[in-house]
Amino acid sequence: MISILNAVLFIILAPLIGGLIAGIDRKITARMQGRMGPPLLQPFYDVAKLFEKENVVVTPSQNYYVLSYIVFIAVSGALFFSGGDLLLVIFAFTLAHIFLVLGAYSTNSPYSFIGAERELIQIIAYEPMIILSAVGMYMVTKSFFVSDIMNSPIPVIVYLPGIFIGFLMVLTIKLRKSPFDLSTSHHAHQEIVKGVTTEFSGSGLGKIEIAHWYENVFLLGFIYLFFAFNPVIALAAIIVTYLIEIFIDNTFSRVKWQYTIKSAWIVAGTLGIVNLAVLYYLSGVMG
Amino acid sequence: MSYMKKSPWIMHYDASSCNGCDIEVLACLTPLYDVERFGIINTGNPKHTDIFVVTGGINEQNRAVVKNIYDQIPEPKVVVAVGICATSGGVFRECYNIMGGIDKIIPVDVYVPGCAARPESIIDGIVTALGVLEKKRQLMKEPAGKTDVTGGEKK
Repeated sequence: MISILNAVLFIILAPLIGGLIAGIDRKITARMQGRMGPPLLQPFYDVAKLFEKENVVVTPSQNYYVLSYIVFIAVSGALFFSGGDLLLVIFAFTLAHIFLVLGAYSTNSPYSFIGAERELIQIIAYEPMIILSAVGMYMVTKSFFVSDIMNSPIPVIVYLPGIFIGFLMVLTIKLRKSPFDLSTSHHAHQEIVKGVTTEFSGSGLGKIEIAHWYENVFLLGFIYLFFAFNPVIALAAIIVTYLIEIFIDNTFSRVKWQYTIKSAWIVAGTLGIVNLAVLYYLSGVMG
Repeated sequence: MSYMKKSPWIMHYDASSCNGCDIEVLACLTPLYDVERFGIINTGNPKHTDIFVVTGGINEQNRAVVKNIYDQIPEPKVVVAVGICATSGGVFRECYNIMGGIDKIIPVDVYVPGCAARPESIIDGIVTALGVLEKKRQLMKEPAGKTDVTGGEKK
């Protein structure tokens, strides 16, 4: 049931795909702003350069936290793509971000502290919705295993439209896009210097960037699950979703953290819970 | 192959500039000049920076700040002094509070004169700085004493 090959493929290919997506993202963003934009492979150049730079650290422990962050992100993605238990994937995914927060806290910098606190707030904001997504998929397919959900002939999206919209909402937080790019951001000239990444430089920052690519590929894979009954529709849904995210990123200004947490919870509480309640009711009616 | 030249991230600090040069530096980021074409990003965080762009002369208030920012930038790094005030102190050179150009405090690699420096000449200065950056990266990798640090070519 668990495919080791898929896990290995994810670990090798995800940074390449993630970097390419980031390059396309930057190009489209530039065009939306009337600019020419950087080369398509610019994210790879950036990371390659970061590994050529000196790694200035405040405390050696921050290196280990970043290492744990990238390892656990890769593990959660590999578990996901190998068809593992969705709950375990979400657990490893959250743990990875806790390592990033700890890394930011370990540096004792006020900017890092603000970034770390905001990252925690973001985790609080998106976590309920991601768990509701897993629960919704269990209610439809009767399994928490990604491999079962993948092979299920049931069109999950038809049963979980509310949860899908809620997931898109937290996806904006997870992709670090405006209006929810509180803890660190791609485009902002300086969002409280640069949030969680403030005290990371050189290879440390490069690893955070690669981990972010892993994360993006995993999240887009999560969208695939909603449309797993038809791979063509699923790929189209991923592309459309990402284009919408880029559009939102370029349209909205950043909001306060209070609004982020409120809106994420209200969406999770209404669309997510109502969706689950309707599903529960219908399963009772139809047996 | 080195990627240093393909992804220079700059940090811009206004020493005691009149804001003329600062507006021109920011003009480079606009759609008209769009320096992100060359992978140049304005970071705002010294730890993410490769090229330190300073405008305006050094005065008593900011000498410690400029030194501090410079010290926090990871190697290899280059400094570009933008505008005549940053290169020599300009018309403020004789003022009681002005110490002179940026090179009074930190080593400057590229001087971009002008009042205010035009975006074209700023971009030219940054591109020149990329050459210096690459040279410094090579020096970093070599064992000490092998190359003439004063800028001599590798033997």
